[in-house]
Amino acid sequence: MITYTFLQYYWWFLISLLAGLLVFLMFVQGGNSLLFTLGKSEEEREMLVNSTGRKWEFTFTTLVTFGGAFFASFPLFYSTSFGGAYWLWMLILLSFVLQAVSYEFQSKLGNVLGRRGYRVLLVLNGFLGPFLLGVAVATFFNGSQFVVSKDNMASLAMPIVSSWASSFHGLEALLNPWNLILGFAVFFLARVLGLFYFINNVEDAELRRRCRLKLRSDAVLFLIFFLAFVGWVMMKPGFAVGSEGVVKMEPHKYFYNLIQMPAVAAIFGLGVIGVLFALIRTWISKSFVRGIWAAGAGTVLAVLGLLLLAGYNNTAYYPSTTDLQSSLTLQNSCSSEFTLKVMSGVSLLIPFVLAYIAYCWNAMDLKGITRKEIQNSKTKY
Amino acid sequence: MLLSIDASLIDWSRAQFALTAIYHWLFVPLTLGLGVIIGIMETIYVLKGDEFWRRVVKFWMKLFGINFAIGVATGLILEFEFGTNWSNYSWIVGDIFGAPLAIEGIVAFFMEATFIAIMFFGWEKVSRNFHLASTWLTVIGATISAWWILVANAWMQHPVGMEFNPETVRNEMVSFAAVAFSPTAVVKFFHTVSSGWITGSVFVVGVSCWFLLRRREVKFAKASMAVGTAFGLAACFFVMVSGDSSGINVAKEQPMKLASFEGLYDGSEHAPFTIVGPLKIPNMLTFLATHKHTAFVPGINDLLNGGYKLADGSTALSAEQKMFRGRRAMTSFAAFRQANKQGNMALAAVAEKNLQNDMPYFGYGRIQQRAELVPPVNLVFWSFRVMIGLGMLFVLLFLVLTYLQMKRKLNDYPIILYIGVWCIPLVYICSEAGWICAEVGRQPWAIQDLLPVNAAVSSLQTSSVQLTFFIFLAVFTLLLIAEIRIMCRAIQKGPEMSGETKI
Ligand code: HDD
Ligand code: HEM
Ligand code: HEM
Repeated sequence: MITYTFLQYYWWFLISLLAGLLVFLMFVQGGNSLLFTLGKSEEEREMLVNSTGRKWEFTFTTLVTFGGAFFASFPLFYSTSFGGAYWLWMLILLSFVLQAVSYEFQSKLGNVLGRRGYRVLLVLNGFLGPFLLGVAVATFFNGSQFVVSKDNMASLAMPIVSSWASSFHGLEALLNPWNLILGFAVFFLARVLGLFYFINNVEDAELRRRCRLKLRSDAVLFLIFFLAFVGWVMMKPGFAVGSEGVVKMEPHKYFYNLIQMPAVAAIFGLGVIGVLFALIRTWISKSFVRGIWAAGAGTVLAVLGLLLLAGYNNTAYYPSTTDLQSSLTLQNSCSSEFTLKVMSGVSLLIPFVLAYIAYCWNAMDLKGITRKEIQNSKTKY
Repeated sequence: MLLSIDASLIDWSRAQFALTAIYHWLFVPLTLGLGVIIGIMETIYVLKGDEFWRRVVKFWMKLFGINFAIGVATGLILEFEFGTNWSNYSWIVGDIFGAPLAIEGIVAFFMEATFIAIMFFGWEKVSRNFHLASTWLTVIGATISAWWILVANAWMQHPVGMEFNPETVRNEMVSFAAVAFSPTAVVKFFHTVSSGWITGSVFVVGVSCWFLLRRREVKFAKASMAVGTAFGLAACFFVMVSGDSSGINVAKEQPMKLASFEGLYDGSEHAPFTIVGPLKIPNMLTFLATHKHTAFVPGINDLLNGGYKLADGSTALSAEQKMFRGRRAMTSFAAFRQANKQGNMALAAVAEKNLQNDMPYFGYGRIQQRAELVPPVNLVFWSFRVMIGLGMLFVLLFLVLTYLQMKRKLNDYPIILYIGVWCIPLVYICSEAGWICAEVGRQPWAIQDLLPVNAAVSSLQTSSVQLTFFIFLAVFTLLLIAEIRIMCRAIQKGPEMSGETKI
């Protein structure tokens, strides 16, 4: 039976899945942040740029689709968070805007900023993109400062439904250390994924050696930040939705969510195992280059699990610390049943989209990037 | 938190949206038009198997790629700006408006993103036919994306398929088909996309003219020009037919916009079409707006004063009557919320009935003076003339060039070639002018009759929006300068083929 509640859960699942895919695809950003660290010569840097350069459109488009899907399914989030945490989102967007042109422009004559200039922008986006998105996601557990009052629509002077209570408009999220910790976790995860991706995609012994070396420190940093964040989330009180949609604080809410939803716990656990498996195999076997797949799948599952913890089991996924009752829940922020139904019909196309992406990805990646290809090719960045 | 919405906040939010949309639109039409032209050229290549055509395709594809990257970059901002700068809008109509944006992402953007990678990097990696298919799929993806975003835009001009729900305080979709296939969306799609085809054609033709003037790459330039002019002529036909339908549609759904197109203050049964100043074609506007010989076309004063007969036989309301009913709708809305909270269901039902009765005028409740209902007439009036005037110029250009190509006299009239080059900046002006008349002409409405811009914004400090406005202005201008320079250098360098100087 397709009930309204089912649709709400289904769409939160899809949003979480898209977020997981987005974090996985941020191997582009993570890889770019290492452009100058890994690439010692111009030729090497070119190999790296061309390696991520054939994938960046996927990351970008997933970001766009994540936004669009969130808008269609949970419009109150879209209006409250984007309109409120204005500066946080604007910084994220701006860094992606600069990234989008940097590939195409960097090697062209007359490009104003010069090759190095555009590469610096790639590095900038490589840091800011994952880090700030991590900070933004941490507020799902930590809360933000906003008020939602639908009665405002009747007012002539102040008809705006959602308002932000902090005049920093999103930058205040950077003042909370736990938000920063998830930001760093996502940033180092993106780098780990970038390294896995290069090891797989760039067929060059020297670069692969350097990637393996770098993988150690970045993986350790990732694990420290990640475990710290997860530990804290399990300990902290959560935003529980009681009867009639009343939101109240409940101790260890996220920990209980994990226990009460074994399927979610399994998804999350499998994800963590996938990433660890990729790390360990890559460490022990010098010839193993396929770590990106286990780590990528693991990332998708872990992020999916984490966001399901934030939204399922009567939890307010976008809590307000200013006014608890303004917190966004799956029920009070979603689209109408009709719209969710229509969009669910559309979502049936997603497997088809994934299939042709996989097909084309495969056709293009049969051979990895080599020095020879970069030296001879005319169609490159 | 703000206690009231400042007029300057609204102005800056509008300025920012206009700025980013105008920048985005500098790149979109070329993607749409040049994409199809490249598709045609590559089809010729695959059919003929002639290496010459492959190099032609590769040259235009390089320009396409430069343009595409910045098109994508500017689009990202627009998508999120609905949330960041029009947050109230996003809640009140997100239930309807979000869907086309999401569908655009799922259906169209992934298609573009996937196949463009093959289009650029796949020459040596996939078969010729697979490559050709990828090129067309990229173009089709771009065109489908245009469909969905224009569905979204058309819905703002002519909201259909929804109902106001006072409990959730938003409009909710009741018919997806009505939204996705609204006649406004259909004409908008054809007009906008075919205008992009004109942009692509003028671009290709103009660049070819430049090569011919320099007597460089003559074979290449002539081949490109042949494709460009033929496709351009076809595009002109579509633009004129769809532009005509747009006019009829605007007359029906947004009469105030139509009156502003024409600067028509006092309507009549035989309204003339003003060319410029006193130059008028008698009765022409009535015909264009309705395709009838006699029909009343209301002017701005009629629309404000009301009292004339509408198509359905009823009498038009005056601005004040609409504003009165809008206020009454807002009062009923407040009464409904109040009664609902107190659990007085009987009272709530009455209030809701009153509300739905006045709902068509809900947006007018936020209008303080009738003057607010009139868009900036001069801007709309002149952009409309710029669009149509330049459109006629392009038709002429394509016709003359076709004639000269047939008579093999292209190099006898360098002046025509100069005009061809100069049409490149003009086509951008023309296309932007089209959007300016469509978007400025619907002011003050974010959504026609439902939501004026002053109730659509996000509650931000004006200074924040000012700052992002200038950041975008600086960043986009810098990128535009870089893009134009890169384009010019790539064109100067020319296609990689031996130049043939004989004409
Ligand atoms: C009629 C066509 C048209 C119009 C009116 C718009 N766009 Fe656009 N957009 C396109 C046609 C297009 C395109 C042809 O599909 C682009 C342009 C260049 C490109 O690469 O794709 C694109 C790119 C593009 C992207 C990047 C997509 C990607 O990741 O590949 C986004 C997010 C948007 N657009 C969003 C918008 C929004 C929110 C608009 C309205 C306010 C808008 N566009 C107006
Ligand atoms: C890409 C081509 C477009 C251009 C060049 C363009 C241009 C403009 C301009 C000039 C304005 C400012 C009007 C004013 O405030 O006086 C504006 C406003 C706006 N447009 Fe567009 N527009 C485009 C496409 C779209 C589309 C496709 C949508 C919706 C899907 C849209 C939605 C809006 C919104 C929400 C505003 C702000 C509210 C308002 O002022 O009405 N625009 N646009
Ligand atoms: C020559 C005959 C033309 C006619 C009769 C015509 C008519 C119109 C009308 C009535 C509108 C307003 C539609 C609305 O507000 O919903 C419009 C918009 C527009 N026009 Fe034209 N136009 C013509 C030529 C052109 C040309 C040559 C271009 C560009 C190359 C162009 C580009 C546009 C664009 C981009 C818009 C905004 C999108 C839209 O609303 O459809 N038009 N046109």
